Amino acid sequence: MCLAVPAKLIQHDGQQGIVDLHGNRLPVNTMMTPDAQSGDWILIHAGFAIERLNPEEARETWALIEEVERATCNSADQNDTQQHNTTAQPARGGIS
Amino acid sequence: MSLTRACTDSLLQCLRVAAKAIAHDVAFMEVCGTHTTSAFRCGLPSVMPPNVRLISGPGCPVCVTSQGDIDRLIDLGSRRDVILCTYGDMLRVPGRQGNLENARVHGSRIEVVYSSMDAVKLARTQPDREVVFAAVGFETTAPATAAAICEAQRLNVKNFSVLASHKRIIPAMRALLTDGEIPRIKGFLCPGHVSVIIGSEVYQSIVDEFGVSCVVGGFEPPQLISALVCLTELVVNNKTALVNQYPEAVHAKGNRWALALLEQIFEPGDARWRGMGNIPDSGLVLRREYQRFDAALRFNLPEPQEREPAGCICGKVISGAALPVQCKLFARACTPISPIGPCMVSSEGTCSAWFKYGPSKQLKNPRSHSDELLEVQS
Repeated sequence: MCLAVPAKLIQHDGQQGIVDLHGNRLPVNTMMTPDAQSGDWILIHAGFAIERLNPEEARETWALIEEVERATCNSADQNDTQQHNTTAQPARGGIS
Repeated sequence: MSLTRACTDSLLQCLRVAAKAIAHDVAFMEVCGTHTTSAFRCGLPSVMPPNVRLISGPGCPVCVTSQGDIDRLIDLGSRRDVILCTYGDMLRVPGRQGNLENARVHGSRIEVVYSSMDAVKLARTQPDREVVFAAVGFETTAPATAAAICEAQRLNVKNFSVLASHKRIIPAMRALLTDGEIPRIKGFLCPGHVSVIIGSEVYQSIVDEFGVSCVVGGFEPPQLISALVCLTELVVNNKTALVNQYPEAVHAKGNRWALALLEQIFEPGDARWRGMGNIPDSGLVLRREYQRFDAALRFNLPEPQEREPAGCICGKVISGAALPVQCKLFARACTPISPIGPCMVSSEGTCSAWFKYGPSKQLKNPRSHSDELLEVQS
């Protein structure tokens, strides 16, 4: 129920807006994001925009994840990697 | 925005490396139904390090709604003078006498709405009927209910009311940590979209008072695993901390407009949780000046009678004290087609996730998995 999905605000008039969600156009109420502008990416929950997504923060998050991954995985010994690669196979099929 | 599968695999490797540095078993709890579903959908249980457990907590709003509140909702929906508006999640939750879907088949007017505002619009077009909105959900959903009440007041819609059983997550997390039956956990994977509303800094009190880490995480597999890496590394370094790993959506103080709406319409009040009983200040009740929108008062509804379906252990499942496979009904009498407990009905329910994605599909030996979890708990 707490599912929220990102969508692009393409029209905005007062508290009413239209978002593009995977090619579908849906009405959205923007009273909780009064600073949202057309072109912004926003999180939609139950017909309301509940937050503007910060694209810079998003990029930093992904960069941080990659950094953590590099730093931690560099310390892993090669034998351990080989051992776990075997058990990790089923997961790869499950992650899309 | 997406990361490659290779990145996800690398993060899993990071998790394993961090877990290997811990000599004992460790358990974390996610308190968001969307996290539960996301974890199972991406196959996470099958690749978790053997000494790290992710336990599902009370994160599904449908599941934590007490049986008495559900019975009351269904009773109200069965009234001929009422149009009951609900999110789709509640339609098949079993009550004392059937569910809302059955009631609709037998002539009750039950409308599934996309937004709470749709219920207000319906009330304006149906002035001869009472329109009641079933207000269920955590802080993510509660502002939408508050907005609908504001709109009904602004438009002077007299035939609109809400039957509110909204919940607050922080009091529930505190209750979990003070309840002796709940597994000892080292950290919470905090709910991303609840945190969009309430902010991340509210978890600091839990970190300080209970010595349990709180990491706010997103929902994509790399975000989810990254949050688990963070929690595990905190254990490795013998630290507890609050970390926001979903900063593109979650700010320290949350969404001030949504919080202002909540503050205007609701105030904290006691709430009944399935399996956890009454938790002080864990609910949201209408402020006195908005009580004319309270369906319980408008229809003079009696206090709900609490009872659990015979044999159902949903109460223990949602508080992390039991796994679905420990329920005698699971996957036998209780399935998604004929659910007995709410955890099997809701798409975010733990039992539903286990039925669809595990344990038989993901864990080689689910019974063994539950034994190991119990060892962590003891």
